Amino acid sequence: MLIEPTTNPKVTYSADGYLAMDLLRFTTAGSVDDGKSTLIGRLLYDTKSIFEDQLEAVERASRQRGDVYVDLALLTDGLRAEREQGITIDVAYRYFATPKRKFIIADTPGHIQYTRNMVTGASTAELAIVLIDARKGVLTQSKRHGFLASLLHIPHILVAVNKMDLVDYDQATYERIVAEYTEFASKLSINDLTFIPISALNGDNVVNKSDRTPWYDGPTLLHHLENVNVGASRNLVDFRFPVQMVIRPHQDFRGFAGQIASGSITPGEEVIVLPSGKNSTVQAIVTASGDLPEAAAGDSVILTLSDEIDISRGDMIVRKHNLPQVGNQLECIICWMDEEPMNLKGSYILQHTTHQVRAFINEINYRIDVDTLHRETVKTLQLNEIGRVKITTTQSLFFDPYQLNRSTGSFILIDPTTNATVAAGMIRRRARGLDEVVPQQPQRQASSNVVWESSQLTRGARERQNGHDAAVLWFTGLSGSGKSTVARQLEKRLFDMGSHTFYLDGDNIRHGLNGDLGFSDQDRKENIRRVAEVARLAFEHGNLTLCTFISPFAADRASTRSLLPEGRFIEIYVKCDLEVVKRRDPKGLYAKALRGEIKEFTGISSPYEAPVNPEILVETDVQSVEEIVDLIIEELVRRGLIQL
Amino acid sequence: MSSYTRSHLKQLESEAIFVIREVAAQFTQPVLLFSGGKDSIVMSHLAQRAFFPGKMPFPLLHIDTGHNFPETLAFRDKLIDKLNLELIVRYVQDSIDQGRVVEEKGHDPSRNGLQTATLLDAMAEFKFEAALGGARRDEEKARAKERFFSHRDAFSQWDPKNQRPELWGLYNGRKQAQEHFRVFPLSNWTEMDIWQYIRMEEIDIPNLYFAHEREILIREGMIMATFRGIITPLPSEKTEQRQVRFRTIGDISCTGAVESAAATLDDVIQEVASARVTERGGRADDKRSEAAMEDRKKQGYF
Ligand SMILES: Nc1nc2c(ncn2[C@@H]2O[C@H](COP(=O)(O)OP(=O)(O)O)[C@@H](O)[C@H]2O)c(=O)[nH]1
Repeated sequence: MLIEPTTNPKVTYSADGYLAMDLLRFTTAGSVDDGKSTLIGRLLYDTKSIFEDQLEAVERASRQRGDVYVDLALLTDGLRAEREQGITIDVAYRYFATPKRKFIIADTPGHIQYTRNMVTGASTAELAIVLIDARKGVLTQSKRHGFLASLLHIPHILVAVNKMDLVDYDQATYERIVAEYTEFASKLSINDLTFIPISALNGDNVVNKSDRTPWYDGPTLLHHLENVNVGASRNLVDFRFPVQMVIRPHQDFRGFAGQIASGSITPGEEVIVLPSGKNSTVQAIVTASGDLPEAAAGDSVILTLSDEIDISRGDMIVRKHNLPQVGNQLECIICWMDEEPMNLKGSYILQHTTHQVRAFINEINYRIDVDTLHRETVKTLQLNEIGRVKITTTQSLFFDPYQLNRSTGSFILIDPTTNATVAAGMIRRRARGLDEVVPQQPQRQASSNVVWESSQLTRGARERQNGHDAAVLWFTGLSGSGKSTVARQLEKRLFDMGSHTFYLDGDNIRHGLNGDLGFSDQDRKENIRRVAEVARLAFEHGNLTLCTFISPFAADRASTRSLLPEGRFIEIYVKCDLEVVKRRDPKGLYAKALRGEIKEFTGISSPYEAPVNPEILVETDVQSVEEIVDLIIEELVRRGLIQL
Repeated sequence: MSSYTRSHLKQLESEAIFVIREVAAQFTQPVLLFSGGKDSIVMSHLAQRAFFPGKMPFPLLHIDTGHNFPETLAFRDKLIDKLNLELIVRYVQDSIDQGRVVEEKGHDPSRNGLQTATLLDAMAEFKFEAALGGARRDEEKARAKERFFSHRDAFSQWDPKNQRPELWGLYNGRKQAQEHFRVFPLSNWTEMDIWQYIRMEEIDIPNLYFAHEREILIREGMIMATFRGIITPLPSEKTEQRQVRFRTIGDISCTGAVESAAATLDDVIQEVASARVTERGGRADDKRSEAAMEDRKKQGYF
């Protein structure tokens, strides 16, 4: 018999402990015969999630097939058609739990309809296990799995190098696979990549640490699953509440039922209802077990508002100072899931949050070859193909880019005739018209009789000598969002790389050059105008010029941008939830502003117009300073401004 | 920000409530299938919560095979009364009397397979567009691929190849006039989750789930409760008094009991945690063939 339990943990259920367990949804991917079913069987078996009658059934089935051993893979394979063909053709869900965590596995089959199934399984997963057969090494499929996982934005990827028993637990073989896959993964946006050498068949490093891999000192697979940070894909910043239905049992109660898509909310907060744009305040967060002091992403609740506003299914309630994007022209990545190819002439129904609208696919920009990652020009998308398209909807949607918000950045397309779900989509951003891409040049004031004196030394000459291009890195964001912290770290890194830098900081400038200015809209504008001119001088002298200014108004930032050549103004939006900065409040300013001691304070009593399409967006409430600096450096390299 | 983390049970609850509300919002005539078992009791509880302080905007439908435990029916009526719900009952006996179905041959026939016809007739009678059920994916292998929104064609058939992919939390309930949906909000729950939720929410369940003395006999290796006309002892079978409880409650004719001393919910949970057979291990209907469940699903069984 093939199955031998590597452990037999005596699970005693403390009922209260059970209530504290959290949840990890993960997906498994591997080519046929890499051992995916065996691994899942092993996890279920070793965590005592298999019962005797199930085991008996599998033993019976194995005997009927004439197998000499009990095939753990049979534990997990469902429908008769599949059993007969010996393949799995649809996503299957499996469950197991340890005293620490409950797990939901979206088990996606290896080949047929692979992309469609993997995308489906990945859409709700927080971790993906990619299996690699140690004998075969990194195959095209292994890369495809990694690519799809990163496309769907799964925060954690675990590469299980399986069948180590068949390569004599050889460290060098393992290391080679790790190196090759790491190299490949660097081209994708993967936050967390972990490798573990295992034998699913023998159980090495699955639940128990193997003594046959003394050279490996990382966690076992189960240990990793139990300890990986869950919730990394939840956006806890941007409050979005798509209204599912209105609850109105009697005249005196009018509540809006829904599941919070992202962010959190407390009673008393000011909100705006989209699309009407009406303001109100959250009165209560109602549930059958009483009102809640706070609710967050994932919670199904009912909100009541302090004003009578006409709201219906498909509307969205958001915070006043944190709005989603609005638009009916979207740039998206879609995965086609229907036998019938995409029809550019037809119309579809687009389901986004709790909203259904008519949609047209205007153009296909390209198809992505999931194996080579090459972009190809095509006329349509077929089943299991992925491409970038432009979509127009008959009504505007309220959305966030998928990168930032899986719930409000995703949608499905439905064929209005068959009602089949034909595609899964991820919104990249609002499609932009030409007028937005080429902004109007605002009039610059020039003092009379002044001509621009160009120095003998051109910027080009300075740039060649410096070994990098000049640029203005403009950090905008709320007070306390971390602009200066990030900029200082970045400047240090750039300096260490031998770059020429110049740093303009909001507070310092206001002590001197702009000491005469206050915080009225007019003075803020003048503040930025002066700074922009100084930044431009520094830029012309070949510097990477870092500017950290709240710069709340889009118009002022746009006019600064217009002073510089195309591609040299890098707007870096340092995003941080207002609630978080209020709590951080490093300089005590929010406290003062909230007490009314500071007038016209951005975010409290003066607006902040968030950049719509910044060159770089960083989030200090979810990313570390180190990560952010890395990300900015990478982007500068990608843009060819600096070289590593 | 620890206040933002949620236990898995709370997450499952939120997911189920979301799905139940989607049903109420996407369909004009939904119904909640009620069997009297713990899953459908939990379903009623969740539906109650989903629309609080409003009322559940759809009725309950019970397909009565005539083989119910009397305790189940008493519990059902008490629950309906307490929660002020609307209940529709349709009887398999009527379908038999009308000649729609024929009682199986043999000693103590099960009516489990017959209830499908009664159910479909009831769906047609009331023009129900979606039937909410308490089935879970962990119950049986064939259910592992079941969708939350499971599409049934005009003949109520379930075509495994024609199910819609479900991504993120987006459920597509669009359908042609004659078609309908079965919806399973508890898809991601396990048996343990159900018990723990019952404990957390202090939900009332029938006493059949706790250890009690009753007359039983052993048939095909299973402990069956004796009942005149349903489980009638054959001459070769001897009856005896034992202390038992039920892990699932279905028809008397096909629900096996387990020997148990579990008198409280905590005892039951402890037993479930150390159980070595699945809860369906005690159901005669599943044993018949490995693909039994799959076949019944294709015919429209819930
Ligand atoms: N030697 C060895 N064989 C394995 C291991 N894992 C899986 N296998 C075998 O590889 C074959 C394919 O495994 P299976 O789990 O069905 O692969 P799947 O197609 O990815 O689900 C089976 O014969 C397994 O017994 C392993 O770690 N070591």
